Amino acid sequence: MKALGMILGGKRGAMDLLVIAALIFVVFPLGLDIFRLNLVGKYLTFAYCAVGLVMLWGYGGILSLGQGVFFGIGGYCMAMFLKLEASDPISTAHQTTPGIPDFMDWNQVTQLPIFWEPFHSFIFTLLAIVAIPALVAYIIGVSMFKRRVSGVYFSIITQAIAAIVTILVVGQQGFTGGINGITDLKTLHGWNINTDFAKYVLYFVNGVLLLLSIVLSKLVLSTKLGRLLLALRDKEDRVRFSGYDVANFKVFVFCLAAVISAIGGAMFTLQVGFMSPSIIGIVPSIEMVIFAAIGGRMSLVGAIYGALLVNYGKTAFSESFPTLWLFFMGLLFIGVVMVFPDGLSGLYKTHVEPRLRQILRKQGKKTVSSKTSIEKAGA
Amino acid sequence: MDGYSLSDLFSIVVMQGFSGLSLFSVLLLMALGLAIIFGQMGVINMAHGEFMTIGAYTIYLTSKFTESYLPSFMPYYFIAAILASFVIAFGAGYLLEFLLIRHLYKRPLDTLLATWGLSLILQQVFRSAFGAREVSATLPDWLMGSWKPTPSIDIPLNGLFVMAMSILVTGLVGLFLFKSKWGLKVRATTQNRIMAGAVGINTKMVDRVTFAIGCGIAGVAGACFTTIASTGPTSGSLYIVDTFLVVVFGGTASLFGTIASAFSIAQAQSILTFFLTNAMGKVVTLLTIIAILMMRPEGLLRSKVRR
Repeated sequence: MKALGMILGGKRGAMDLLVIAALIFVVFPLGLDIFRLNLVGKYLTFAYCAVGLVMLWGYGGILSLGQGVFFGIGGYCMAMFLKLEASDPISTAHQTTPGIPDFMDWNQVTQLPIFWEPFHSFIFTLLAIVAIPALVAYIIGVSMFKRRVSGVYFSIITQAIAAIVTILVVGQQGFTGGINGITDLKTLHGWNINTDFAKYVLYFVNGVLLLLSIVLSKLVLSTKLGRLLLALRDKEDRVRFSGYDVANFKVFVFCLAAVISAIGGAMFTLQVGFMSPSIIGIVPSIEMVIFAAIGGRMSLVGAIYGALLVNYGKTAFSESFPTLWLFFMGLLFIGVVMVFPDGLSGLYKTHVEPRLRQILRKQGKKTVSSKTSIEKAGA
Repeated sequence: MDGYSLSDLFSIVVMQGFSGLSLFSVLLLMALGLAIIFGQMGVINMAHGEFMTIGAYTIYLTSKFTESYLPSFMPYYFIAAILASFVIAFGAGYLLEFLLIRHLYKRPLDTLLATWGLSLILQQVFRSAFGAREVSATLPDWLMGSWKPTPSIDIPLNGLFVMAMSILVTGLVGLFLFKSKWGLKVRATTQNRIMAGAVGINTKMVDRVTFAIGCGIAGVAGACFTTIASTGPTSGSLYIVDTFLVVVFGGTASLFGTIASAFSIAQAQSILTFFLTNAMGKVVTLLTIIAILMMRPEGLLRSKVRR
């Protein structure tokens, strides 16, 4: 129990988790109708990428501008499985080639491409959602970090990779669904994912997985590995001279961030019901960075708030003032760098928390004065 | 390749090669500015493409102005407009460095984010000011038409002009960097900032002017861009990924590396585009560059810095 407390970051860390869990599992489902809740679920899938970026960028000091690629890999894997299930020979009997996804038929593809075949299996799909992004991240990571490519170079190259993947997916219309993506997804193992009940279930699964990935990240940070990540962010050479192979740690955290993003992608497909290249390109990838930055680049729980707030703002603004939104987004980017580099969690720590503590202390004096002093030591 | 005779194939190579050269010219002009800035200060300006768009819209505005108020000046306005686009982009860059970039030299990753934000804002400004539709400047007559050395080869004059401009600007930048007193200061700051400061160079001022010059060159790139394509609010951002790769691939702090890498990327892209599809040509080119970069992270020409 004590070890668990350490992992969660003491009393305060556990408290933060509890608050966000209450928000996700109690407040939102009770306060919102299913349409809005589904929307929140969609925002939360982006929070996976933000959590990954907190690990990668906040703690590891590596800024990837291509996290959308991993989000996309997870999403497309899931979408391929669902699409194959939706295109059984009976419901696609009117096609020239029954039994293949409709967009392939439209693009004169007459046989299911080989790389689609394994996605008939659900087990394989689940494995692929974790394994493929890990493998891709491993290959990119090893070839970059072993050669000490870092900083701005890494960011630019990951951005170029995001560009390439998008062009490729859009260009290979017959295999990937092109610019429209993979749409018309219906069932998961015969279970209709478009009913309200299914949406509730998926929302909760999504929330649980998101919190689990935060706990996993906290677990990583609580070990020596976490300390080393911080150390190499601040003084890479010093860590290297102490005898550590810096590249391995970077590869590890890059893979971790990739896998977390991919799980988010798979949940996106399940909840929203489609996957398309517009969610994986350069612009969405860099927006994921802003979710992490707004939440606070060092705060895993903050990443969720960041993703929720920015996405909510985007939906609300672009409905009523579409032109203002880009201005606002641009100002967010500049502001989060110039004015509040630690994001919401930093603002909370400097402005809200001292006041809360003051209030608590006033009450504490009357009751148990020793308790507050323990809390202070814990913080 | 069966459908083509040998002489057809030759013409194709020449013409695709030439369209590659026009792409090369624009890429080179874009990359030059970025490379100088990145080489000296280690920051990447994500809004660099928008400075190109500033240049392009400057040309558009001057052409409209000349057309309605000084029609007799029409054949010559283009030269003045290019100067204007340099000056305006220079001024905007100077301001940007002063307001934003100089606070962020120690945090290059944050510079990426802040300048990305700026590029979003600028794109929206362009959209509000000029509309979402693409506009094109009225070009002077001497830029229209084409040159036909043989019946099957057709080389457009505007492409030639863009090439000449990029050679001229590259030459000027080379002269500036290697022959002028300012260039000496710039090179000194690039090599060793602290020592340069110690011998009395105002490195902050050098930074600001270098940044502004880089942006100014992007403005000229935009000016050239208007002769071969029409301008929209997002024209600059279409080139930005390619430009970054040119800079990274060329290796920093090396003028020649930038030229060589812009040349190879542009040529590969435009020749591959002809034989494959448009998208696949680009994918293959970019993938090759990234593969090479994985083997040679310092780029084509490595800078002599020990890491």
